[in-house]
Amino acid sequence: MSDALLSINGLTVALPDGADREYAVEDLSYEVHPGEILCVVGESGSGKSMAANTVMGLLPRGVRPVAGEVWFCEHNLLELDERQHRALRGKDIGMIFQEPMTALNPLMRVGDQIAEVFEAHRALNNRAERQARALELLTEVGIPQPERAIRAYPFELSGGQRQRVMIAMALALEPQLLIADEPTTALDVTTQAQILELIRDLQHRRQMAVMFITHDFGVVAEIATRVCVMRHGKVVELGSRDEVLDNPRHPYTRDLLEAIPSDAAPPQRKALPPSPLLEVSHLNRVFRSRGGLFKPAREVRALQDVSFTLSRGETIGIVGESGSGKSTLGRCIVRLERPDSGEIILDGVPLSALSGDVLRLERHRVQMVFQDPYASLNPRTRVGMAIAQGPIANGTPRAQALAMADELLATVGLEGTADRFPHEFSGGQRQRIGIARALALKPELIVADEAVSALDVSIQAQMLELLEDLKQRFSLSLLFITHDLRVAAQICDRIIVMQKGRIVEQGYAQDVFVDPQQDYTRQLLDAIPGRRHDHHHEATAIT
Amino acid sequence: MVYARLILLRLFKAAIVLLMIIIFNFLLIQLAPGDPAAIMAGEAGAADEAFIAQLRERFGLDQPLYVQLWKYVSGILSLDFGYSYRQQMPVLDLILDRLPATLLLTGTAFVLSLVLGIVAGSMAAMRARKPSGSVIMALALLFYATPLFWVALMAVVLFSVYLDWLPAYGMFTVGANLQGLDLVLDIALHLILPATTLGLFFMAVYTRMTRTSMLEAAQQDYVKTARAKGLAPGVIQRRHILRNALLPIITLAGLQAGQMVGGAILTETVFAWPGIGRLMHEALVQRDYNLLLGVFFFSAAMVILFNIITDLIYRIADPRIKEASA
Repeated sequence: MSDALLSINGLTVALPDGADREYAVEDLSYEVHPGEILCVVGESGSGKSMAANTVMGLLPRGVRPVAGEVWFCEHNLLELDERQHRALRGKDIGMIFQEPMTALNPLMRVGDQIAEVFEAHRALNNRAERQARALELLTEVGIPQPERAIRAYPFELSGGQRQRVMIAMALALEPQLLIADEPTTALDVTTQAQILELIRDLQHRRQMAVMFITHDFGVVAEIATRVCVMRHGKVVELGSRDEVLDNPRHPYTRDLLEAIPSDAAPPQRKALPPSPLLEVSHLNRVFRSRGGLFKPAREVRALQDVSFTLSRGETIGIVGESGSGKSTLGRCIVRLERPDSGEIILDGVPLSALSGDVLRLERHRVQMVFQDPYASLNPRTRVGMAIAQGPIANGTPRAQALAMADELLATVGLEGTADRFPHEFSGGQRQRIGIARALALKPELIVADEAVSALDVSIQAQMLELLEDLKQRFSLSLLFITHDLRVAAQICDRIIVMQKGRIVEQGYAQDVFVDPQQDYTRQLLDAIPGRRHDHHHEATAIT
Repeated sequence: MVYARLILLRLFKAAIVLLMIIIFNFLLIQLAPGDPAAIMAGEAGAADEAFIAQLRERFGLDQPLYVQLWKYVSGILSLDFGYSYRQQMPVLDLILDRLPATLLLTGTAFVLSLVLGIVAGSMAAMRARKPSGSVIMALALLFYATPLFWVALMAVVLFSVYLDWLPAYGMFTVGANLQGLDLVLDIALHLILPATTLGLFFMAVYTRMTRTSMLEAAQQDYVKTARAKGLAPGVIQRRHILRNALLPIITLAGLQAGQMVGGAILTETVFAWPGIGRLMHEALVQRDYNLLLGVFFFSAAMVILFNIITDLIYRIADPRIKEASA
């Protein structure tokens, strides 16, 4: 088509020698038209960001395009030299990134960082004009108190606000094309909904083209005009949003869509033995910033009067946004954190009151699986040893503990890998190791803190299956902490919704989903990307 | 306002630390073998008991330890650092007399190494994959690994003895009686060799650290953001990479700055520079304990002072710290 703003034809990008495959993307072709949002969807390693980085001229060192053409307006981007390409960046093509926490220079004021865009392209002549325009932009992207925000340093803003700053920066010179590389992945669900709204709104108002890269089909349903599904560096499927979501032609697209935790109400699971394993009552935890001689201390109430009961064999989901206190609750239950007041009773043993050696003897009964599969394993300890360390510390002979580690690795599907180091595993595999490590101490309760949040959807589905399976085999109970209601709905018997350190709602998963009692829960449910699309289609299916 | 509070608090803590250092040093000196009175008497050539006892009484050495300590500490509080019986002068006068020379030497070395180190490090980082970058790093490694005194001696051999460009020792030409600008020039010429020698090691450290730190900063997301804006590479290097990379350098520079009084003994001795380092060396050899304690005090005070200054600079350079622990 001739009216395309960006047109990629047969692009092949080569990876440096020694990479796990030869090409990052191979024979890639798609177009982005003015006024549309093209979603490029794929799992990690699909090469979905590579084309975007080629367009921007921001490919990592050693990665280079070897075939094809990338036409933007009148330019073949692959033939531009660095100076010509630089003139386009930020002016005609804007880009926003995934990590709002690290994408801004921590030492520069927000206003100055926006003003730099004008400086780079010699757009406005003096500082006052640049700052004035930066203020307008910050107002446009909906930052609260823009006249204060412009003087703020990035660390003084929340993740959502920083992403708004990034958007303001990318849009500063009204580019014709905006590239958004997973811009909402690191955000809370309600913040994500707001940012998506903002991008859609700005796109509509300015009639610009957006290339939106994501791994989340919910987001696709929310925002896309057209969809391009990628796998292993190749386009698998390309079509309008409704075509791809409702009638996926390629089996891979179908798999991906099926792997999404279903948004439909979870099945009823109410028949549980009423024998309680864990009783948490009136738990409080306050964090105080250390006040100095002259400075008043600051208080954050992370947990306020939190009470609930977990039955044997039950899975409870604790759902909330960042800052809701859900992780503090998890850490208190495994006693990495000491509650200020309240009781945690595990099978009659008051965990909250124990300390020292007595606590250490009981610790093995509650184990934790952590969020970040990359940071939670010591990079210089072989995984077999990492798993065996717990039992060894608890008095199991070394040889026996290592043998057990072998078995556990087999249990989680990683047979014969005990003498490898963590870097030899993928994220999903590392999380399996994390689970094996938790199981090694024969716990009765496992606390999984955002254990699947960092994983691709297809891997996520496998992990949830594994957890469910292990739960049956080892007769475990599970406390599943997550920000993702869809995931919680899939695995949990009951759901506890937390906000600002308090429990706002708790009940059977189905009840919470179908008939939420509290406004906040409804807000969370509404913010799940893709819901409207699903509802729309349920409705059409009925008529 | 925040700074005023902070400085006050830090000075208060510093005073306590300093007091502890004074007491500790004093007790440490007591442990040193040899009776100062006996040594003095010995050097005076009259070693009979009565004379030694007289000396003891005169210098208060016959009193119990805690009385001596109390006298010493309360003396310092009124800026009386005692009397050097070797040099026949108050300790404070001796030190203040030598302090400017040392500060001139160490200060020059400090600025020199910091500026050149950062410049060389940035250049090496920008040329990380080119031969010129490797040359810079090889030189830095050489200076890093070579002992100071050897560099000093070789510099004297090359520039003073062989080429006869620079004076080999001292702070100014003896007997020339220069005035005004000529004197400044003369001192500057004398300063080149010792200051370079003293600064080389830290310059090498800064070079290596700046390079590593910049290469690391270049990998950060905000650098990609800056590139996505279309900024020129030079601006990105200066404003985004270097500024962030300098944070760890501040810590190290504070460490070096703290050594400004006590860290130049070797250099001052080799180049016969009339500073504190040599004074300390002499005091040590002659068992001039009051003087030694005085020098210790000033060295310690300098370390503490620059610790506070480093903290303040860090706070200005990194806005995130204010919030965390003001």
